[in-house]
Amino acid sequence: MAPNSLAAPVKRALVAALVVAALSFPVVAYLARPGPGGGLILEQRWWLVAANALAAFVIVLLVAALVSALSSQAAKRLAAAVGNTLAPLSRLGLAALVFYPVAIVALVGWSGAIKWVDNFGVQILIYVMLGWGLSIVVGLAGLLDLGFIAFAAVGAYTYTLLAIHVIPAIAPELAPYAFWICLPFSALFAALWGIILGFPVLGLRGDYLAVVTLAFGEMIRLVLVNWSSLTNGYAGLKAPRITFFGVPFTTSGAEPTFADIFGLTQSPTIYRSIFLYYVILTLALMTAWIANRLRELPIGRAWEALREDEIACKSLGLDTVTTKLSAFAIGASFGGMAGAFFAARQGFLNPKSFEFMESATVLAIVVLGGMGSLTGVALAAILMIGGTELLREIGWLKSVFGPSFEPTQYRMLLFGLGMVAFMIWRPRGLVTTRQPSIFLRERKAVSASLVKEGHG
Amino acid sequence: MERWQSAPLLEVEHLAMRFGGLSAVENVSFKVGAGDITALIGPNGAGKTTVFNCITGFYRPSAGRILLASPGRPQLNLAKMPDFKIARDGKVARTFQNIRLFSGMTVLENLMVAQHTALMKASGYSILGLLGAPSFKTAERAALAKAVAWLDRINLTARADDPAGDLPYGDQRRLEIARAMCTEPILLCLDEPAAGLNARESADLNALLRDIRDHQSTAILLIEHDMSVVMEISDHVIVLENGRRISDGTANFVKNDPNVIKAYLGVEHDTSVGNGNGVAGGAVP
Repeated sequence: MAPNSLAAPVKRALVAALVVAALSFPVVAYLARPGPGGGLILEQRWWLVAANALAAFVIVLLVAALVSALSSQAAKRLAAAVGNTLAPLSRLGLAALVFYPVAIVALVGWSGAIKWVDNFGVQILIYVMLGWGLSIVVGLAGLLDLGFIAFAAVGAYTYTLLAIHVIPAIAPELAPYAFWICLPFSALFAALWGIILGFPVLGLRGDYLAVVTLAFGEMIRLVLVNWSSLTNGYAGLKAPRITFFGVPFTTSGAEPTFADIFGLTQSPTIYRSIFLYYVILTLALMTAWIANRLRELPIGRAWEALREDEIACKSLGLDTVTTKLSAFAIGASFGGMAGAFFAARQGFLNPKSFEFMESATVLAIVVLGGMGSLTGVALAAILMIGGTELLREIGWLKSVFGPSFEPTQYRMLLFGLGMVAFMIWRPRGLVTTRQPSIFLRERKAVSASLVKEGHG
Repeated sequence: MERWQSAPLLEVEHLAMRFGGLSAVENVSFKVGAGDITALIGPNGAGKTTVFNCITGFYRPSAGRILLASPGRPQLNLAKMPDFKIARDGKVARTFQNIRLFSGMTVLENLMVAQHTALMKASGYSILGLLGAPSFKTAERAALAKAVAWLDRINLTARADDPAGDLPYGDQRRLEIARAMCTEPILLCLDEPAAGLNARESADLNALLRDIRDHQSTAILLIEHDMSVVMEISDHVIVLENGRRISDGTANFVKNDPNVIKAYLGVEHDTSVGNGNGVAGGAVP
């Protein structure tokens, strides 16, 4: 590094050290302690002030080094190489997803597999599906939605309420198939709420749109919390668990379970987890197929055109109102189905599962994925959800920092640091090119620098 | 009789547009003839773009009527229609002073978006399209053929799969016109199409506009500062100053009109300045 490029970070680090020293002085420099004779002993701890200042100096320098390393030419080349290898990866990734449970069972055995199939596989795939739904709204249409999880809540409560109230009342013999019957209704109701949200926000752009969607998400959650007669508030509802096309996995009654019928001997939860995995994989792939297909249809091109330039769209006779509403509705319907699946998987439902943090996570997945790319979103979900789950497995840090160190408490902190570093390295997400929806001679990817982000 | 009198396509009547206390356009009336190239000129701040935005629905006029009549269609009052309906149902297309292409989409995609209304119907509002219905495939092929035909006309076929934002400036201008033409308009409104073009690109543009007038049933209304373009291709010129119409007629009539010379040069008409090419030669703002 040239001396000039070194001077600025060192100066910044010195300033940071001075500020920390000044702040530390009144707080830690003197410590009053009761002495042996009953009086107070004043202990001077100037070394602690110096240590704090030194720590600040080192941290600021390290951050500067990290930023410069991440934005160096080599890192940019690496980023470009990653982007280029991502596109052909999807077929391989698909095969990996299909064989994942088999491989896990083969590797860690039946009982060890539950954690890997359920906590990792199913959990990640729920977020993949939510991400693919939201990427229609944010990635394609360029409408910033901070309350997306509300649609999952609508879907989850639609399923649960229909399954515990309506189906037993009108057709009790259909109860074992409740999930499959309610799934379309969950999608439909979520889409309806997508349109209801869409109407008031149509005239809003950018930050204002984001704030209203945020408020909408909170409103849905608060209604679910406070409408206790229907939703039972925080105490929650017991959602019927998923069945194998009518055959239950666990039973309290006399009917035979999945394991009985097929003569299987393992704990029933592992079969259920594997079945759940394939159900959400199918739902997610259906989402991907439809989203991909829509992108190549006039409606998808209209969404992208809306993200690029709304005024030009109007000048070409595009009805921007229905175009925006269709993006909200279709994105929301996928969110609703993911929500219904979530309820059927948990077997229990309360509004705590649909807090703002969840909307933020899904949005982060879409942003991290980049360019409305399906592969990018899937990888981002694996990174983010898999990453936070993997960070639960950092017990070994105890051997580094001593037994009093509680590593899981640093989980989200480490994760946040990782996110910041990642966004410095790849500001437009994992996938940095846009695939055209139609081509004449050859499909040439469009560079991110030309693609607009929308949000209006 | 001139065509804008005998066969008017667009009649602007007593148009006014006020922004708060500021009156940008006051009591402007003019007619645009079917099949004509009509130029709207005037010094900076004359209200040309305001008139344009009223015609294309981006502004709602404070007063006046904008009547669009074409054979076999009921007359429409554009002053009462929202912007996208003027484009979709009125068949009035426009371009923008600062080019508004979908820069992150390819050249071909830009032309496909322009055919959205027809394609959306053909795709059965996406349902037939999702199922891959043959009727939609046929419609899509037809749309593609139309896009390619326009690409051939503006010499951009070789760049069909490149992002629109990557094109040179002159190509972007022509692409924006081709995109507007893909909506099959009966009236094409161009806001300073020659701005920033060099002499050759400007000549190409003139050829393209004449070609559109002669081979398409599309009338052209354009705002332009480049008098060589205006005088060369216009059948009809309307001059605005300070939000009012000060002259209206053929290119030859307008460039000898004392009012116009006064507006551009700020002096009383003088034979030594006027005489045929006063405006065309010296008065490019």
